[in-house]
Amino acid sequence: MTSNSNGAVPTHGLGPFLQDARLRWVVAIAILAFLVVAPMIFGSYITVILTNALLYVVLCLGLNIVVGYAGLLDLGYAAFFAVGAYTIGVLTIQFGFNFWVAFPFAVLAAVLAGVIIGGPTLRLRSDYLAIVTLGFGEIVRFSARNLEITGRASGISGIQDPSLFGWQIRTQTDYYYVFVVLAIIAVIASFRLANSRLGRAWLYVRHDEDAAEAMGINRVQVKLAAYVIGAIFGAVGGAFFAANLGAISPESFSFEQSVLVLMAVILGGMGKIPGVILGAFIIILGPELLRDLGEFRLLVFAVGLLLIMLFRPSGIWPGRRGA
Amino acid sequence: MADNQLLALSGVTLAFAGNTVLDDVNFSIPRDAIVSLIGPNGAGKTSLFNSITGFYKPQGGSVRFDGQELLKLKPHQVTASGIARTFQNVRLFREMTVLENVMSGMHCRTKSGALAAVLRLPSQQREEAEIRAFSEECLAFVGIADEANREATTLAYGHQRRVEIARALATKPKLLLLDEPAAGLNSGEKVALTELIARIRNELGISVLLIEHDMGLVMKISERISVLDHGKMIAEGTAKDIQNDPKVIEAYLGQDDGEGQS
Ligand SMILES: Nc1ncnc2c1ncn2[C@@H]1O[C@H](COP(=O)(O)OP(=O)(O)OP(=O)(O)O)[C@@H](O)[C@H]1O
Ligand SMILES: [Mg+2]
Repeated sequence: MTSNSNGAVPTHGLGPFLQDARLRWVVAIAILAFLVVAPMIFGSYITVILTNALLYVVLCLGLNIVVGYAGLLDLGYAAFFAVGAYTIGVLTIQFGFNFWVAFPFAVLAAVLAGVIIGGPTLRLRSDYLAIVTLGFGEIVRFSARNLEITGRASGISGIQDPSLFGWQIRTQTDYYYVFVVLAIIAVIASFRLANSRLGRAWLYVRHDEDAAEAMGINRVQVKLAAYVIGAIFGAVGGAFFAANLGAISPESFSFEQSVLVLMAVILGGMGKIPGVILGAFIIILGPELLRDLGEFRLLVFAVGLLLIMLFRPSGIWPGRRGA
Repeated sequence: MADNQLLALSGVTLAFAGNTVLDDVNFSIPRDAIVSLIGPNGAGKTSLFNSITGFYKPQGGSVRFDGQELLKLKPHQVTASGIARTFQNVRLFREMTVLENVMSGMHCRTKSGALAAVLRLPSQQREEAEIRAFSEECLAFVGIADEANREATTLAYGHQRRVEIARALATKPKLLLLDEPAAGLNSGEKVALTELIARIRNELGISVLLIEHDMGLVMKISERISVLDHGKMIAEGTAKDIQNDPKVIEAYLGQDDGEGQS
């Protein structure tokens, strides 16, 4: 009857569009081709904005694992973004590490932070996580602003551009392509996780914790895995963000940053990967497209977002989440 | 002697805010048996299931399963040790297919993690195939293989109950706890359920503990029956013993309504 009658399990994270494998490839190749030529068509200004949008794709896909798959409300996601960026900043500037040597430490720091924050909190009712993560976000920013080693309020500057196999990453276009690659890796990793044993476990636990436990699933462990994987996505984004800008300061990692990423995930549709990607682009490009409106653009944008969320509470991407 | 018991509860006591729900319960299940637990509404049957499976924490007593103490274990650890259960009210995972629901049972029998999934390691791919194959086998066993790709919660009620049983079988248990599996089924479905329970024990070698209000089904299938009333075990024996036990008759007659019989 159906095209996938031979026992094929639906691909999670897609929604009803793109269930056809051929269509999926066509869309993927078209998007890839667009991303490759974009800097040549548009000027450097738009390339910078697109780079930022791609960074947001990485962050949003990371938070999507936490919020969309595991159903955990994280209000301090920017903290992991900060941990990644500051680890790179501190290790390269204060300790003279090469970017690539510092990079694994950035990931490790995020994993440790994730385990320390998530480990005790995820045992409690889910509501506690929202409060604890909110506090964690503020603590990280407060520390960054007050510690000598993180450069206090002025932050860290002079972070050097990394090179890769002899390729010196330097120009804005270079960084744009770096973020294209990061976003692609984030998308592939998200799909593979969504359609794995762990990915299904996140859905089981989100739908019914008791039934999941009865099926032998350790709900604390599974939630912690989601939280830590989300943290890794955030830290990777933060590390390359630091290298790209060359300078970081506490204000780049504010509560608003966490809210913006969360908004993109909810807007696109939690648990639906194409929707989340779209959400990331809308959050970054939206205010730019409304630039003509001058001072009112953020207001118009915010009202627009509110209306979308009111009328499409499960996000703009069609289909139910997780399906 | 104790060794031929698969599960042995002794002195299990459970209270909520001073309200004693299980009172010094002693109860055991032999290996390879089909045992029923009956009793009037509110007797504490489901609470006994929840105490065995780690959802409730009894204040005292011991629950030994296959040589292991279960009382301090979390529900997922109890499942991993070899006890699977269904719920009195069907609790399938929404927005997921029948097959995916059943695949949840294989979680504790497999181990691929995040990195293996992201890198698509051969071991992970093999395990995924194994999870699907065994889950499909479980579905075929309960007789709903052709519904594998439907959304589980859209199935007819009787089939949803079978998905729950298939899901429990996918955990590869030694003991299966069924909480009122016949509730809401028509007589034809009850006959099929009776056969299914017999096959689970006879073909798969899994012991079954059944909570059930349908006395016809209980008397027909059980090798042993235990009766719980107000948190106390008041009788234990064969169908004949139980039917003639004055304490049991009194427990059921003392009920407000006749829901115990059907
Ligand atoms: N979590 C709980 N908190 C407080 N009281 C509880 C809890 N769970 C069960 N009880 C009480 O324990 C008693 C036994 O309930 P239980 O559900 O075990 O009965 P049962 O034998 O399964 O009944 P039924 O045949 O109606 O399913 C009831 O009085 C119930 O109110
Ligand atoms: Mg009950």
